[in-house]
Amino acid sequence: MSDYKLDPNKNIDVSEILKDLENYRPRRRGWTWREPAPGLKMGPFVYQDCSKPLKDSVPLPPAHYFDDIDPQPMPVITTEIASGRFEDDIRRMRMGAHHGADHIMVIRTAGQSHFDGLIEGTPQGMGGVPITRKQVRAQRKALDMIEDEVGRPINYHSYVSGVAGPDIAVMFAEEGVNGVHQDPQYNVIYRNINMARSFVDACESKRLIAWAGMAQIDGAHNANATAREAWKVMPELMVQHGINAIFSAKVGIDKKNICLSTVPPTATPAPCVHMDLPYAVALRDLFHEYRMRAQMNTKYIESSTREATVTHVLNMLISKLTSADIQSTITPDEGRNVPWHIYNIEACDTAKQALVGMDGLMDMVELKKEGYLRDKARELKERAILFMEEMVEQGGYFAAVEAGMFVDSGIYPERNGDGIARKLAGGIGAGTIVKREADYMAPVTAHYGYNNIAQYGATNPSDLIGGCTLECPEKIVYIDELDEEDNCNVRMAEVKEFAQPGAKMIRPEMEWLADGTVMLTMFFPAEKHIAEAAALECAKRMNLTDCEVISKEIMHGAEGTRIELKGKVPFAIEIDKLVIPEEPDVMSDDEIRADIERRPMRVVCGTVGEDEHSVGLREIIDIKHGGIEKYGIEVHYLGTSVPPEKLVNAAIELNADAMLASTIISHDDIHYKNIAKINRIATEMGVRDKLIFVAGGTQVASAQARANGADEGFGRGSRGHHVATFLVKRRRELESEGKI
Amino acid sequence: MKRADDYQERRAHLANLSDAELEQRFWALAEQITEPLLKMGYEYTSPSIERSVLLRMGFSSLEAKHIVDGCMERSLIAHGAGNVVFRLAKAENMDVRAAGLALCEDRLWDEAAAQF
Repeated sequence: MSDYKLDPNKNIDVSEILKDLENYRPRRRGWTWREPAPGLKMGPFVYQDCSKPLKDSVPLPPAHYFDDIDPQPMPVITTEIASGRFEDDIRRMRMGAHHGADHIMVIRTAGQSHFDGLIEGTPQGMGGVPITRKQVRAQRKALDMIEDEVGRPINYHSYVSGVAGPDIAVMFAEEGVNGVHQDPQYNVIYRNINMARSFVDACESKRLIAWAGMAQIDGAHNANATAREAWKVMPELMVQHGINAIFSAKVGIDKKNICLSTVPPTATPAPCVHMDLPYAVALRDLFHEYRMRAQMNTKYIESSTREATVTHVLNMLISKLTSADIQSTITPDEGRNVPWHIYNIEACDTAKQALVGMDGLMDMVELKKEGYLRDKARELKERAILFMEEMVEQGGYFAAVEAGMFVDSGIYPERNGDGIARKLAGGIGAGTIVKREADYMAPVTAHYGYNNIAQYGATNPSDLIGGCTLECPEKIVYIDELDEEDNCNVRMAEVKEFAQPGAKMIRPEMEWLADGTVMLTMFFPAEKHIAEAAALECAKRMNLTDCEVISKEIMHGAEGTRIELKGKVPFAIEIDKLVIPEEPDVMSDDEIRADIERRPMRVVCGTVGEDEHSVGLREIIDIKHGGIEKYGIEVHYLGTSVPPEKLVNAAIELNADAMLASTIISHDDIHYKNIAKINRIATEMGVRDKLIFVAGGTQVASAQARANGADEGFGRGSRGHHVATFLVKRRRELESEGKI
Repeated sequence: MKRADDYQERRAHLANLSDAELEQRFWALAEQITEPLLKMGYEYTSPSIERSVLLRMGFSSLEAKHIVDGCMERSLIAHGAGNVVFRLAKAENMDVRAAGLALCEDRLWDEAAAQF
């Protein structure tokens, strides 16, 4: 095996992952839940229901205020990844894992459900990835390395559905896939695969899922996404969950590995929590032996990522008020069908942020035991039972589907006659199931149903062949590629000069390596048609290609429209020719302290202009925030809205070594105008030469601050030690120049 | 079919059930509905199931498909595609993999069929 290892400071080398795949073996089977860490202490905080922290991760943006802690909530967090090129998805998986995802779900390419067998090699997909042994093996191998890096097992997941369910289930069991979607009802209703074939195949698939200890997720959430009025299918959703759950348990899957794919059925502007919570309670009442995979609502999201994010946070409120074992994170750009790397990460962060933010909530609040919530939950359960009673009256599952009982937009027992009906004799794969003869035999492990091994005197089927691939993985036949054109080697060769690590060239990327895709946000003071056309014209004149408006939001019917647009840049950038500003150098605390001890330093500071912001400057000066006071620098804080004259006068009166001007408000470049003004006043008063002048603020850039007369400018992310280092170095310069 | 919401009339027989009884009723119905489906799974097989058996016996997906298609054409599938290969191997005194590969090369099908 290759001795390739991930380097935290380098991109993952996908070509290394692809090496020697024929000899790769997964190191474990089965699903892994997070490890609870009750009473976890991180930084200054104690957490009630978080899980064991990661070894390496990217914390939430404000974490730097809290010692960069990155608490991890208890539910497993899913990210759905599938760009069509699995090799690019490997890099996205690493990013997702570092943002807290430990369930990587790979969506299949359009049409794989109807492919009668395994797909081999690595063809490019559409709307997903063709799931093949090579692709699964490569991604599982990469995830082995990534999980070592983050310090938590990562569950790898895809789909066991379509007409090749058992084929795929075998491959997944062999290749160490940890979780799957498997629900024969999905085949029937949404893929028009023959009903009998779907259920017969599902028995075999589920037996393999049970053998491999995979977690199984059902397909009921699709009814929610499909139904005309999604909140009305709640009784039916419970029926679908019930059928798949009991069917799976009877085939042999441990109930603790059977997960309901449950969705809060509605979204704002509906009063969604009021409608969704009773449903969530009803489900958890009936299915308390099973697990909950909390999916997010996709039915009612548009192209605003902000709006989708709020919907998903409300969905997680439901998760928190009830329970969720797996928390899904639909990318907030689902509404515009652009599977971009950054939105996977955003969605993972949204889940982590919301769930950690609600840590310990249920120690303080509880759901009412009577009244509307319980009455409504009871009503939903009764409606579900009535649904099943009618199924039985109709003559069972097949008859009920033929009668169009499923995905009807009425709230059962109301019926609107618009359900999806399928014929037992119809659909893909109709007429392909065959009754087993008395001598039927299959000499393999994890086989469901009648199996006459006794005719050969055996008690364990696979003994007849000296063990099957599940016991003897060396018997697995690995196929590398079947198509000379459509494979990852060809695709990767096309973008070789961009392949990290070590690339010479770089381009923006949203989906595939070097795709050149960028997104622009624009506002036009016009109604939406003009705004959309103007945005496309803008993009054209900016030399972007393949431009497309992906979102428009009306600010006012006439006054303005917000547009988001994507396009591709037609150039590549040579990395070597980039001018990269040097990292600010930072002296050690001891060195700074020694210099202040040698020669005491006094500074005056304040927020200048008509500006009441004080937090940033206090962080730079206060000893408790690690500010410059801690080095023994004497600080005179003048407060906020300090006129520039006052700052200079105070510096003269106090015989200060330096002035620190904080300036946050930046409309009309007022921050730079104030910097220039302070410089001018100090110069006019004849003190500028011997007085150090430092400006700071979130919108202050070093070069512009200097251009406007400051000695240095400190922007967002600057800390006390950056400023102290500069003050000490600048004073040494003034000393050596004989100015002080 | 269209029907107004007659929940209030339909629920009469459920109204007096306790929550526990309601839960039992839900699961009893779910079992009743799935039982024939499980029985069908027990008694029937399919091309996909038979391919999955051959995969586990150490055949590639392409080989498995070829063998199962051959079994379907010759109406041997009801005995199990794995069984066809297994019996052929015994009859010809070959190992299982060699027997399957012979079928993939469209050899020994008559010998295989003769075993049933």
